[in-house]
Amino acid sequence: MTATQPAPAASPAGQEPILEVRDLHVHFGARRGRGSTARAVDGVDLQVRPGEIVALAGESGCGKTSLARAVLGLVEPTSGQVLYRGKPLGRAQRALKPYRREVQLVLQDPTGALNPRQSVYESVAEGLRIHGVKGDEETLVADALARSGLRPPRRFFLAYPHELSGGQRQRVVIAGALALEPAMLVADEPVSSLDASVRGEILALLLGLVRDLGLSILVVTHDLGLAWNIADRLAVMYLGRIVEQGPTETVLADPRHPYTRALLSVVPEVRHAAPQILSGEPPDPTRIPGGCRFHPRCPALASGAAAEAGVDDRCRGEPVPVLRGVAEHHAACFLTDESVRKEGGSRVGR
Amino acid sequence: MAVLEVRDLTVSYPTRAGSVPAVRGVDLTLDAGETLGLAGESGCGKSTMAAAVLRLLPPGTRTGGSVLLEGEDVLAMRPGRLRAVRWTEAAIVFQGAMHALNPVRRVGDQIAEAIQLHGKVGDKQAATRVGELLEQVGLPARRAASYPHELSGGQRQRVMIAMALACTPRLLIADEPTTALDVMVQAQVLALLEELGRELGLALLLITHDLSVLAATCERIAVMYAGRIVEEGPADKVFEAPAHPYTRALAEAFPTIGDRASRRNPHGLGGDPPDPRDLPGGCDFHPRCPVSIAACPTLELQLWPAGPGPSGRRAACVHVRDGRPELVREAPVVPVGEDAPAHRG
Repeated sequence: MTATQPAPAASPAGQEPILEVRDLHVHFGARRGRGSTARAVDGVDLQVRPGEIVALAGESGCGKTSLARAVLGLVEPTSGQVLYRGKPLGRAQRALKPYRREVQLVLQDPTGALNPRQSVYESVAEGLRIHGVKGDEETLVADALARSGLRPPRRFFLAYPHELSGGQRQRVVIAGALALEPAMLVADEPVSSLDASVRGEILALLLGLVRDLGLSILVVTHDLGLAWNIADRLAVMYLGRIVEQGPTETVLADPRHPYTRALLSVVPEVRHAAPQILSGEPPDPTRIPGGCRFHPRCPALASGAAAEAGVDDRCRGEPVPVLRGVAEHHAACFLTDESVRKEGGSRVGR
Repeated sequence: MAVLEVRDLTVSYPTRAGSVPAVRGVDLTLDAGETLGLAGESGCGKSTMAAAVLRLLPPGTRTGGSVLLEGEDVLAMRPGRLRAVRWTEAAIVFQGAMHALNPVRRVGDQIAEAIQLHGKVGDKQAATRVGELLEQVGLPARRAASYPHELSGGQRQRVMIAMALACTPRLLIADEPTTALDVMVQAQVLALLEELGRELGLALLLITHDLSVLAATCERIAVMYAGRIVEEGPADKVFEAPAHPYTRALAEAFPTIGDRASRRNPHGLGGDPPDPRDLPGGCDFHPRCPVSIAACPTLELQLWPAGPGPSGRRAACVHVRDGRPELVREAPVVPVGEDAPAHRG
């Protein structure tokens, strides 16, 4: 349970992860002579298994988008590895091409993601042409549109983005990804720019893709309700690190990390058990605080709960172990996670 | 007297293909210190409503009915009077604070401009007032010297709110004030709006498509669909026991975390909002409605009382008219995604 060897961790189901991120760092250099390096992703382990939806949640600036971009090979990690089906990602464009067919990106804003002067057909067929996919193009496009819920598909071939509703545009974006028969989708805020009633439909579509096609999905979001709606596992990110992860039900029913608790408490609902509104903005990745990186905003430290448990000095001064990408529920918190408190070393998890 | 009283408001936009109705007979009342939430999707007319209250509509727009601000009809005001009323009696916080501020001017100067346009105030006095306003919205007074790009999204939205408060209006309209913001910052901004409403006795009209935000912030909610109000009442009642099937769909779109029914089971609504140029007629929601009956396509729509007692709950649904609101609440949830009507044209 608390062994720390960096061997690839098998899931409880014994299934090898389709995607694995190991000790990933993505740093952005400072502009000439000014400021300091931004550590956007600062030591992250994460696994996605076949047929699994993993939600990566956090506020703007927590590094979740940089992590997703590194996973897609769009930004080169400063250190650490991204492994796809057990093999490290190549860095050359040529080596990345087959990977980019298998792992598809679904962007946040479908209006920006679609070329306004391209018909639906052209938008979906573009990927097929780039990747030189064999077969009847029209059939492939029609199949992809139908699987995205645009039926009958041929009616949409000649439509332009401005003729479609927001939900339909997002379906076209998803169809463009599905046409390439990917094994995995990385979706960055797939519903945040959509209307309330359309949101559920797109989420249902993503769930259906996992059920019917066995896809894996890594979904990046700031919306914990989305995680509750569709995700098998949830990882909460704060300032470049995953601070809590585990099965969605467990994490949301019994959040351990004070940050997760605060995030959960501000999800708008009718009657709230006292929302814990953290003051200020998420801190700056160019100046990551020592000790636990959340300690300057931590309600449990401020309230004295950490001092009572005798861990306040560790919160302020000792780096919190990195959570391994394992299935069990863990939080990178000295106060609330038993094994983190005991470990105090490098990594927690199997 | 109510701070805002909207009576049978209609707004149509001129287009090449003829006039398109955006608001089709809306009644609203808002008292001092009261918070009203207006919910609905893109194109339902909610932002047009907000613009109509201050007559910020594009030239050629046709309006009908009346918008009484402290008893005075905004739609009938002369231009001079209108300029005086805007900002001093009613102010708007728009969506997308990032784009509403001038990027090349210090935020303090932008707030001061609003103050000085509406009263003979010296530079020094205006600067003091700017400092007060910034502190009122939870920003240090020295932030006046910042340019918009130096502020985060939440801070910019606070500046927008400070600007709206500059001339001590009685009515504050916030149109999607938190849409582009993170959950934590959204919570900060909503808490600020609530607090300001309470402390300054403002009438607050909060507009968003996120019903859960309104339920958490407002006392009353009005839900708009295709240019009309289809349900209104106390926020908690409307959110927890909707009397209109459209409200129910909106309420279910954002799950209650921990509610087993929504786990791995997102709820949505098939189809798209109707095209205002080509409305379905009758109850305009009927093509998407899971509980529609034969009468709906020709229904003469009005808001029928939907709750016991003087709660003011009303809904524009045939089942409410017929005294069977349970049909709305207990209808099975439609499976989403699969057979959504494909195209709206």
